[in-house]
Amino acid sequence: MLDTGLVLYSAAFGLILIGIAGIVLSAHLVRIIFGVALLEAGANLLLLLATWREGASAPIIVAGRVPEFMADPVPQALVLTAIVIGVGILALALSLALRVQRAYGTLDMHEVRQRMEQEIADQAGIDMPASSHAPAAVQAARQEGSA
Amino acid sequence: MEWLVLVIVVVMLSSAVAVLLLKDFLAALAAFSVVSLGLSVLFVILRAPDVAMTEAAIGAGLSSLLFALALRRLGLWRNRGQ
Amino acid sequence: MRRLSSALFLLGLGLLIAAIFKGMEFGTVAPIAGQLINSAAAEQVGAANFVTSVVLGYRGFDTLLELTILFTAATAGGLVLGKRAPNAKRDPDAGFILQAGADLLFPLLVVVGVYIILHGHLTPGGGFQGGVILASAFFIPMLARPGTPMSHTAVSTIEGLAGACFIFIGLLAMFDGEAFLTPLMDKGELGALLSAGSLPLLYLAVGLKVGSELAGLLAHLSESEAVD
Repeated sequence: MLDTGLVLYSAAFGLILIGIAGIVLSAHLVRIIFGVALLEAGANLLLLLATWREGASAPIIVAGRVPEFMADPVPQALVLTAIVIGVGILALALSLALRVQRAYGTLDMHEVRQRMEQEIADQAGIDMPASSHAPAAVQAARQEGSA
Repeated sequence: MEWLVLVIVVVMLSSAVAVLLLKDFLAALAAFSVVSLGLSVLFVILRAPDVAMTEAAIGAGLSSLLFALALRRLGLWRNRGQ
Repeated sequence: MRRLSSALFLLGLGLLIAAIFKGMEFGTVAPIAGQLINSAAAEQVGAANFVTSVVLGYRGFDTLLELTILFTAATAGGLVLGKRAPNAKRDPDAGFILQAGADLLFPLLVVVGVYIILHGHLTPGGGFQGGVILASAFFIPMLARPGTPMSHTAVSTIEGLAGACFIFIGLLAMFDGEAFLTPLMDKGELGALLSAGSLPLLYLAVGLKVGSELAGLLAHLSESEAVD
């Protein structure tokens, strides 16, 4: 009744969609990192689904069993390395988040961006172009600085 | 068999949404572990035991451990995140 | 306004990804290379696990590059985290349950990890899975007793030596006149522990390298100072 292939492809599609949504729409840096990890999981699932056929068996020879149709081992090898690379990326991203916390004191990306631009403007000696969409804390500091 | 796949996919996708919407970071980490676990069961159903073992060891094991350590060092371990 | 724009963005993104999915041909493309490997791997490489023969035999160079990426990520993570301040405070020792549990779990995890590494060419498993289990095995005593840190020089030495062994075994094939990383030694019989030539040795090197790298990275992360 229900097509297994369709369900699996919609799972990969959903994970990729949720991952990208997490990266673009989140304010907190740790949630952005969660979004990257979800996106990687969805991409690995999609890669493995590329040569899946119903009724295949695992590509391993066990004594006394003769499989008639074995699954494709090449995407499995690629996904194996991709998962390990993903954990390496995750470790580096979390270390960078720790440094951002140490340097700016906050992990809210809007505030961090404002402070970075403020530092660049201070070092260049020019005024930072004021925006009405700055977070409340930065706007209050700006008003205190000018008053 | 198809109902098993459907149930696992539904649990996985709702946990993925919960990762982004939960306010407490520890709960988001638990939901992320559920996504990894569901994914590794899906890999077994797709007849890829090597990949399933790697995803279970890394996604539900090392990845969650890394996140938990980082959350602790960032001071987000208790109920204070947003 | 924010929610409306987020919903519109999600809708547009969903349509874009669905359009990309529609254009791809799933399930109808014949996996040519995979079927060739499935029929030829048993005689050519001699490993019962075909994924191992692909990872270490047919695509061994990709595994070498993947080890390089992992090394870069771990080293960069250690560099970014910086040196530990000499008088930074550590977490207190854990309670009795965690200490006793860690002492019991450590030998079991090491045995399971080494078993999975050594049987990588016969059953599902191999260097990456076993290496990750070894990394957790060496990290759990650090969780139980943060006062006794891991020695980073020993971990780096093991990692460097294992990586050098992998490249050296690959270079041995070049001295024989064949391409880099061709599996050496005789194949043995399919399904025995000592089969598939140099593949178990390569996986042993991979497992030790991945395990020590990830253990060192976890140790760096857990030794960095708490922010509050």
